[in-house]
Amino acid sequence: MASLLFCGPKLAACGLVLSIWGVIMLAMLGIFFTTHSAVLIEDVPFKDTDMEDGPNALQNIYGLYNQVGYNCFIAAAIYVGIGILSFCQVRLNKRKEYLVH
Amino acid sequence: MSSLFRSEEMCLVQLFFQTESAHNCISELGHLGLVQFKDLNPGVTTFQRRFVKEVKKCEEMERILRYLEKEMVKSNIVIAATKEKEMVPCARDVLELESTFEKLERELREINRNHATLRQNLVELMDIDSLLRMTEYFFEEAESLLTYSEPPSEDSVSMTVSSHITSRRNSNSSTSGALHLSFIAGVIKQERFPAFEKVLWRLFHGNFVLRHAEIQATEELQAVRGAVKKDVFIIFVQGGRVREKIRKVCEGFRASLYSCPKTLYERKQMSNSVMTQMQDLRMILRRTEEYRASVLTRAAEHVQEWSSKVKKMKAIYYTLNLCNIDITQKLIVAEIWCPVSDLAIVQNALIKGSEQSGSSVTPVLNRIQTQQTPPTFNRTNTFTEGFQTIIDAYGVGTYQEINPAPCTIVTFPFLFAVMFGDCGHGLVMTLFAVWVISQAESFRKWKNEVTDVLIGGRYIILLMGMFSIYTGLIYNDCFSKSFNIFGSSWCVRPMFHPHGPWQNETLQEYNHLQLNPFVPGVYSGDPYVFGIDPVWNIASNKLSFLNSFKMKMSVILGVSHMLFGVSLSLVNFVHFRKFQAIFLQFVPQLIFMLSLFGYLIFLILYKWCITLRSETAPSILLLFINMMLFDYQSEHLLLYGGQKGLQIFLVLTAVLMVPVLLLVKPFLIYRTRMKTRHQVLGNNLNDQHGTDTRSSFSHHQSDEMVSMGDIFVYQAIHTVEFCLGCISNTASYLRLWALSLAHAELSEVLWRMVLQVGLKISSGMGSLMLVVLFAAFAVLTVTILLVMEGLSAFLHALRLHWVEFQNKFYEGSGYKFAPLSFDSLLKTQQ
Repeated sequence: MASLLFCGPKLAACGLVLSIWGVIMLAMLGIFFTTHSAVLIEDVPFKDTDMEDGPNALQNIYGLYNQVGYNCFIAAAIYVGIGILSFCQVRLNKRKEYLVH
Repeated sequence: MSSLFRSEEMCLVQLFFQTESAHNCISELGHLGLVQFKDLNPGVTTFQRRFVKEVKKCEEMERILRYLEKEMVKSNIVIAATKEKEMVPCARDVLELESTFEKLERELREINRNHATLRQNLVELMDIDSLLRMTEYFFEEAESLLTYSEPPSEDSVSMTVSSHITSRRNSNSSTSGALHLSFIAGVIKQERFPAFEKVLWRLFHGNFVLRHAEIQATEELQAVRGAVKKDVFIIFVQGGRVREKIRKVCEGFRASLYSCPKTLYERKQMSNSVMTQMQDLRMILRRTEEYRASVLTRAAEHVQEWSSKVKKMKAIYYTLNLCNIDITQKLIVAEIWCPVSDLAIVQNALIKGSEQSGSSVTPVLNRIQTQQTPPTFNRTNTFTEGFQTIIDAYGVGTYQEINPAPCTIVTFPFLFAVMFGDCGHGLVMTLFAVWVISQAESFRKWKNEVTDVLIGGRYIILLMGMFSIYTGLIYNDCFSKSFNIFGSSWCVRPMFHPHGPWQNETLQEYNHLQLNPFVPGVYSGDPYVFGIDPVWNIASNKLSFLNSFKMKMSVILGVSHMLFGVSLSLVNFVHFRKFQAIFLQFVPQLIFMLSLFGYLIFLILYKWCITLRSETAPSILLLFINMMLFDYQSEHLLLYGGQKGLQIFLVLTAVLMVPVLLLVKPFLIYRTRMKTRHQVLGNNLNDQHGTDTRSSFSHHQSDEMVSMGDIFVYQAIHTVEFCLGCISNTASYLRLWALSLAHAELSEVLWRMVLQVGLKISSGMGSLMLVVLFAAFAVLTVTILLVMEGLSAFLHALRLHWVEFQNKFYEGSGYKFAPLSFDSLLKTQQ
């Protein structure tokens, strides 16, 4: 098996910390978006046409909220992947350190 | 009695102990780390002290140890770490250690020298070897030149054939025939070769044949010689004088010349002998390296232990230099500062030390009274140490003055958090601090300045983070977004018909609409349970509200902090029994502050509690200014009835306090001096001591006159500083508002410009962009908001403590207790 190690110990540790933070924060953002929190209204990409009068105006906005929420969840899942990768790198680095010494 | 709030009570103790037990006693005291030795020979220079030779010996040993450690690091030998506290050797062992060290050093230096020489020899032999191999080819060529007169053909080895040989030569001789070509062979660095060639050309106009070839760099060659490339060259010339010239040129170019035998057979012989010599040399080199490694490994086991022993001995000799040696050379007298509560421990340590040295006489402790100011000693543990350090950085407290450190443990992180105020950032900071605390020991090994500061302040950072989470919850700010935990008190729906004025068309017409709290239902009447209402996060006039709130909060916090500082001065006066100062300084200061700035706080709080229409609400700043200027023309600008009378009374009280502060105390001093002078004069007239006392008395009188002026000036400065300082310091606390505003705005900008871009992409690619942008957001948050803003808020909170808080009560003119402590010695020098 060719060397699976492609980053040093510091980069792997930073990646691990970043992915843990990313998972937690993006998951929470996703939850807040799917529960249609009003504080996050400015982060939802609605256009003026979505807010025209009609029965669908509210559902349009809610739909957009849900879309952004799902994006956040997918990003959180990607960060889970990056986190697992970083964790493997950290372990490989530790093993390499023990081998040399 | 010692307490957390005050520095320890210290006493000056005289120690008498025998010269033989000196080492052990001092080492025991050093292990304790509780006594500070006073210098009993202040007039003596370092070179005249008694134990200067021993100190020099210790320094020499330290030098040898450093050399040993460097050699070990070069050879990659691991230095074992010692764990137990070993005994300090006495004077006899010093000599033994010294001789061991010198022997080790000599041995090591000799090994290194031999190694270098052997290597040099090996390099030369290798050069000769490659020379011999490559010149074979040249010799064949030269012989072909002799026999054939056609110009040789080009081949892989570059040649410098002088085709002018035939043209320039005298017609007497020709190429064919018995030409006696002599040659010079050697090795030169490759980079110098072109210049070498040119010089030879210019000198001899081509009357020579030069051949060169690069020496193939084998691995062994590289290991021994390094990455320098060298070329073998051989020059064929005619005549002996030319040889000398060429030899000089070669010396100029630092080419090493080797004598090469002429015949093939001799060359083969030489080659073989060189081979065998090289084999031998290689073996010797290997043996030398092994021996060196073994010597270093043996020393490596002890080097740490030796190093700490030497450091301790140096410290003991340095301490002995501070003591007095009795005439009989048998007794050593030392004076130490020691906390009163630790006297028993010190005595036990001394007894133990003298028992170890086997002397029969126990050391004598004699506590003496003194007028000198003892050093300030604040007992700290790992938690309080950081806070004490930041207080001491500005000024070490006067002996037995109240120690602001315990209060600082709470107020400093709190003021930091008021300026930092974001629970997301606070959470990250707390987690970081927890990690540093758990890894503190392994961080200490890095010995970097920045990490040392970080480790020293790890508990400070932890508290700062925890308080920031709290203030973040109050500001309702987490990465610039608010939480709506308890339900907002504002409701938009009642603004519409039929309750309120808005219609559906209103939404089309206007871009911004304002909620009117007087419309029933819009504002529920109960404020948000904890913190700022989350509706403000999405309001466009958020800053108008928050600015007013934060400014008033900063003034309240500032005035409270300063009042607390003034009340601490009361504690100081009570402790030092300056009861007069309580009435002359503390009470007027308190009344001044309370009547002006305490009233300001009252106005702020009162205005917050009553209901006003915002169009007609009086501004507190204007109220305050008018109060100072006695301007009451606009009657409707008052908050409550009777305000005019109360304000006039308060201003007059405050103004009255100024002359009290300025004049009363100097006047009282003047009066007491007058009284004593009359008394002494009366006594003098009764005694018959005559003119000498009277003349000395007039001197005394003039001294008094000068110092009376000084006292007045000092008091004036103090009064002005306090009164004007009240105003400027209160304004200075507005930085609490300014920095929290800056932090909130930076946080919002970061969210809007970085993360929101990713959130607003609604297509499938949005999640990938979000991943990348979140990483950027995280990095920027840590560097800009946590590190930069954190340092900034730390600095400003520190300044508020050092200047605005401490100048109300803190003198800070003491000197720090510096005990003889082996633990701190070994820690700092490691």
